Amino acid sequence: MPSPRYWREIPSRYRLEAGRCKGCGVVVFPARHICPSCRGEDVEKVRLSRKGKVITSTVIHVPPGEFLMEAPYAIALVQTPEGARLMTQVVDCDPSSVLPGMEVNLEFRLIRKEGQGGILCYGHKAVPTP
Amino acid sequence: MIARAHMQQYGTTEEDMAWVSVKNHRHGAKNDKAQFRREVTVEEVMSSSVVAEPLRLLHCSPVSDGAAAVLLCPLDHAKKYTDRPVKIVGSGLATDSLALAHRQDPAFLDAVQKSAERAYEMARLGPQDIQLAEVHDCFSIAEVCCIEALGFVEKGKGGPAAREGLTAVGGRIPVNTSGGLKSKGHPVGATGIAQAIEIFHQLRGEGGECQVENARIGLAQNMGGSGASSVVHIFQGV
Ligand SMILES: [Zn+2]
Repeated sequence: MPSPRYWREIPSRYRLEAGRCKGCGVVVFPARHICPSCRGEDVEKVRLSRKGKVITSTVIHVPPGEFLMEAPYAIALVQTPEGARLMTQVVDCDPSSVLPGMEVNLEFRLIRKEGQGGILCYGHKAVPTP
Repeated sequence: MIARAHMQQYGTTEEDMAWVSVKNHRHGAKNDKAQFRREVTVEEVMSSSVVAEPLRLLHCSPVSDGAAAVLLCPLDHAKKYTDRPVKIVGSGLATDSLALAHRQDPAFLDAVQKSAERAYEMARLGPQDIQLAEVHDCFSIAEVCCIEALGFVEKGKGGPAAREGLTAVGGRIPVNTSGGLKSKGHPVGATGIAQAIEIFHQLRGEGGECQVENARIGLAQNMGGSGASSVVHIFQGV
C-alpha cells in the first residue's frame, strides 16, 4: 500500500471521480466540497468517461529524477466530455505526435514506484484513440 | 504547456519566444550585475537543447545565487537617506489556481491581470502611463503572457513584441532593462526586490547604457507557481 498522501486520492486516481455543482453545473476534478466557480455546497459525484481531447501539451526532455528513464515523454492537459480537465501522461505513441486536438482514451496504468521499497502507485494515463 | 496553448490560440512562434531571450540578453550584457553578461542570437536560442517542448534551454532563466535589499520608509523621512527617493504609488496582489487544469484559459495569466488592475487603480494610472517595466520572465513565454496581462499589448499580441522591438530599450515599452530573470539571473527569493532596484535606478536616471529616456513611472511584476500568485508595484520618481 502506498503512503496515505497517495491513497487518499484513490477515488480520483482509480475511479476518475469528479464533482458536478448542482447550482451552476461546473465539473471539477478531483471532486471538491465547495464549487470553485459559484461557491455552492451542493456538489454531486460524477464519474468521468474514460476519454478526452488534448487542450495543450508538452514533451519533457529534462525530467525530475524518478522519471529519468522515461524521457522524452508527453504530458497533456486533457478535457473530458463532462468538461473536467486533468493533467496526464500520454503513452503508447510517439510523444511528438501529442498535440492540441488529439483524441485520447484514459487507461488505468502504473504511475510510479514510491520510496526505496518501490511500492507501486496506480492511476490513469492517456493513450491516443485508435 | 502555456507556450503551446499560446502558439495554438494566437499563432505565436518559437522564434517569437526566442526574441524575448535575445532582447533580454542584449539588455543584460550591459548590466554589470548580470549573471550572464553576454548576448545570444536567435540561432543560438533555437538550436539550444530542448527542456520541455516547445521551450529550449535558452528560453529558461537560471537558478542563481544572489541577494537584494531596499530601504522602505515614509516619504517624509526619505530625505534623511537620499535626495532622490522613489515613491511606491501602487501595489496589487492576486492569486489563481496553481493547477493549469483549473484555470479559465491556459494561455492567459489571470492573476497577473488582476494584480495589475489593483495596482493601477491605487496609483490612478493605466498601462499607457508606464514607461518601463521589469516582469517575471522565468521562461520566455512568461514575458509574452505578462505583457498581455499587464495591458501593454492586447491579449494574444504578446508574441511578436520582442521581435518588433516594442519591449527593447528605445521601444514603446522597454521591458526587463536589467536583463530580466533570463540574463540578470533568478535568485528566487531576491528576484522581486532586484526588479524594484532596477526600476529605482531607472527613475533616478542611473540606468546606465539601458537608461530609458525621461523615465518617471515604472512597474515591477513578480510571480510564483507559473502565475498562481502575482504581485505588481508601480513606482514614481520624486
Ligand atoms: Zn457552482
